[in-house]
Amino acid sequence: MHFKEGEVRIPSGCAILGVIDKSRKRFSGEDMIRAITVMHERGNGLGGGFAGYGIYPEYKDYYAFHVFYDDASIKKQCELFLDEHFDIINLSKIPTRKMSEIKDEPLIWRYFLAPHPTKLKSSQLDEREFVAKSVFKINTTIKGAYVFSSGKNMGVFKAVGYPEDVGRFYKLEEYEGYCFTAHGRYPTNTPGWWGGAHPFALLDYSVVHNGEISSYDANRRCIEMYGYKCTLLTDTEVITYIVDYLHRKKGLDFKEIASVIAAPFWNTIVNYPDEERKKCEYLRNAFASLLITGPFSIIIGCQDGMVALNDRLKLRPMVVAEKGDKVFVSTEECAIRVIEPNLDRIWAPKGGEAVIIKLEDERL
Amino acid sequence: MNYIYPEYEVVRNHSRCITCRACENQCANNVHSYVECENRMESNDDACVNCHRCVTICPTRALKIAKTDHVFRENANWTGKTINEIYKQAQSGGVLLSSMGNPENYPVYFDKILINASQVTNPSIDPLREPMETRVFLGSKSHDIVRDAAGKIVTETTPQLDLSIPVMFSAMSYGSISYNAHESLAKAAQKLGIYYNTGEGGLHEDFYKYSKNTIVQVASGRFGVHKDYLTAAAAIEIKMGQGAKPGIGGHLPGTKIIGDVSRTRMIPEGSDAISPAPHHDIYSIEDLRQLVFSLKEATDYKKPVIVKIAAVHNVTAIASGVVRSGADMIAIDGFRGGTGAAPTKIRDNVGIPIELALASVDKRLRDEGIRDKVSLIVGGSIRSSSDIVKAIALGADCVYIGSAALIAMGCHLCRNCQSGKCNWGIATQMPELVKRLNPAIAYQRLVNLISAWRHEIKEMMGGMGINSIESLKGNRLMLRGVGLNEKELSILGIYHAGE
Repeated sequence: MHFKEGEVRIPSGCAILGVIDKSRKRFSGEDMIRAITVMHERGNGLGGGFAGYGIYPEYKDYYAFHVFYDDASIKKQCELFLDEHFDIINLSKIPTRKMSEIKDEPLIWRYFLAPHPTKLKSSQLDEREFVAKSVFKINTTIKGAYVFSSGKNMGVFKAVGYPEDVGRFYKLEEYEGYCFTAHGRYPTNTPGWWGGAHPFALLDYSVVHNGEISSYDANRRCIEMYGYKCTLLTDTEVITYIVDYLHRKKGLDFKEIASVIAAPFWNTIVNYPDEERKKCEYLRNAFASLLITGPFSIIIGCQDGMVALNDRLKLRPMVVAEKGDKVFVSTEECAIRVIEPNLDRIWAPKGGEAVIIKLEDERL
Repeated sequence: MNYIYPEYEVVRNHSRCITCRACENQCANNVHSYVECENRMESNDDACVNCHRCVTICPTRALKIAKTDHVFRENANWTGKTINEIYKQAQSGGVLLSSMGNPENYPVYFDKILINASQVTNPSIDPLREPMETRVFLGSKSHDIVRDAAGKIVTETTPQLDLSIPVMFSAMSYGSISYNAHESLAKAAQKLGIYYNTGEGGLHEDFYKYSKNTIVQVASGRFGVHKDYLTAAAAIEIKMGQGAKPGIGGHLPGTKIIGDVSRTRMIPEGSDAISPAPHHDIYSIEDLRQLVFSLKEATDYKKPVIVKIAAVHNVTAIASGVVRSGADMIAIDGFRGGTGAAPTKIRDNVGIPIELALASVDKRLRDEGIRDKVSLIVGGSIRSSSDIVKAIALGADCVYIGSAALIAMGCHLCRNCQSGKCNWGIATQMPELVKRLNPAIAYQRLVNLISAWRHEIKEMMGGMGINSIESLKGNRLMLRGVGLNEKELSILGIYHAGE
């Protein structure tokens, strides 16, 4: 018997990749497929996926929900919920390509949504919290429906399979965006469910992650106090919620977030200049249970740009490179060279040192 | 006629004994005596409490203590212990008294919990090569980020305790233990960067120099409480209960209220120090809030306030109420917690195991979203570094150790503290006994113990792939139960080994 994601905790090894154009110039998803292909060996065909930013310019003011359904009756049930809480601006099947490498696909639908004004008002929540709560509601109460992407002008595409096959399955080459992330998964178990593939996303935050965090249950039990429900038992899920909590709800910037989740060691902090030392001590103490330990390299995508971060001992590989306005982050350098053989600069960031890539005219 | 046959016998190997009379000289219970005409030592087993002082001091290893093989007729219901207790009470008409923690054969959940380690998918970390952090802050944590006009984070917090390792010496009063024992604990706490606790006996004037590492206690008798005492401390603990004797107060007999003990407690020499069962200004939860804030007002909101409660059946609701009363920390004392003296039947039959209390309280406070408002300190009883790792993974911020600290100083757990004749100079006020405990040595032994535990904790954390103790707190996936039933596992919030 195979357990679904969420019924058992499954550690994974992985390949991650992220490319962003700081000037918001859009490029095709084709490059991502080509690049992730060379890291084939880092996955085992049990999960792959992509997140693209800037891919829905014509619907940029609406929340794009990507939803997996087990069957048509569940779709109907979920659409009743969506209809009740949102104005559905557009809905369609997500275009896919039939191919032998990708099997057992669920129904995959996309909705462009605006929160229903009176529902939103009576909920007394801000708009993004209303949307996040709706996602949790669907994912925890409508069995067989799973919202795996819910941001504006962005979308996640994922499946069980090798990432290059997943990319072709979703016709990723037909999308253009200014930022993409990609993930190839090497889980130690046999998940049979597409929702468990990565990236994991909530609102416009998406996370791809390579690692197995040893702080998992400490992090999970802490974040669940603040309105999140970890249903997948994966590291990526809990990291995404932590990022959402610290960035959206607590207003920390990504440098501050890095000093919570990959906090400098106390004996490093003590040598910081006074102001910086006080700040790092404060953040580390206040959010002690959100410190993430164990190996990880993550790429966080969001509306304002992209962030790459290693655990503080750098127990997973990750390199960063630049060429003009483009910044690349990858588990292996070879994947970057596939897209751009002639780089301006390439380096391996230190453990715990966040690489924050801002889009022009954006605060991060 | 004395119905009680001695439980232990002093066994002397006369071929080794050199009649140096060290045993005679060292035994405050007068067990040993010298028979001059025969040039040999003799012992009175009736007086022996099995404290091992003579055994340890004997230069020729001529002594050992053996459990008597004298028995009652076998009876699964009426054990020898029960029969003897009846004899004692029929003789004295009094309450049975005992010391130290509950020795009865209840489950020790710590011994049925196993710790995880990394293999393959996640590297273990070598603490000899990589940083491994055990520092913790105790106090109320706020997630509210406040920024000044320039957008900088305001870093002021409510008062916190800063510990190099999440272990503290629990409350043991000056009076119940000796001056030298207190000095050893205070010095060790200072050296280790942790805290010790005065108990309810006040703070001796000589020990104000250790006040940065001192938690002062305010208990129902209010002994030794005055403004300087409160303002000197690093934190203030309101003692509502004690694991060894939940629901009852304390009684230090007038014979121990002499000299400095009397002055430190601020009561006349020779008067009994009676701590009432409840605080007579706290008959309900809202009264506790008033005391918490009275103490905070008195110390200008600069001292964190700990509320110490015994682990009783309703501990989760009580703890939740305590958080809402403004406490910065809750100390929960399990039913195996030690004591200088308690009615035996209360010590052995009242309260619940700390492992279950901790797991339930941690869960309840999380369910209510108030876990970060308070730090949880647990004691009663923490015996080793692995107990600490398990307690932290279940959800504790820190542990209190009492018995383990006394044992490090030389206590042999003979459980006769109430007699005041501690041959090891710990639980006594008799000057000739007190001086046997050398604070310079005892302090070093305490430092050694905690340093050794720190090494072990780091090795266990490294094995789990965790390099900061914050990431162990509440990390229950790192634990598995063995031989526990479904209900026990569900209360502890852990899976069974193999799952």
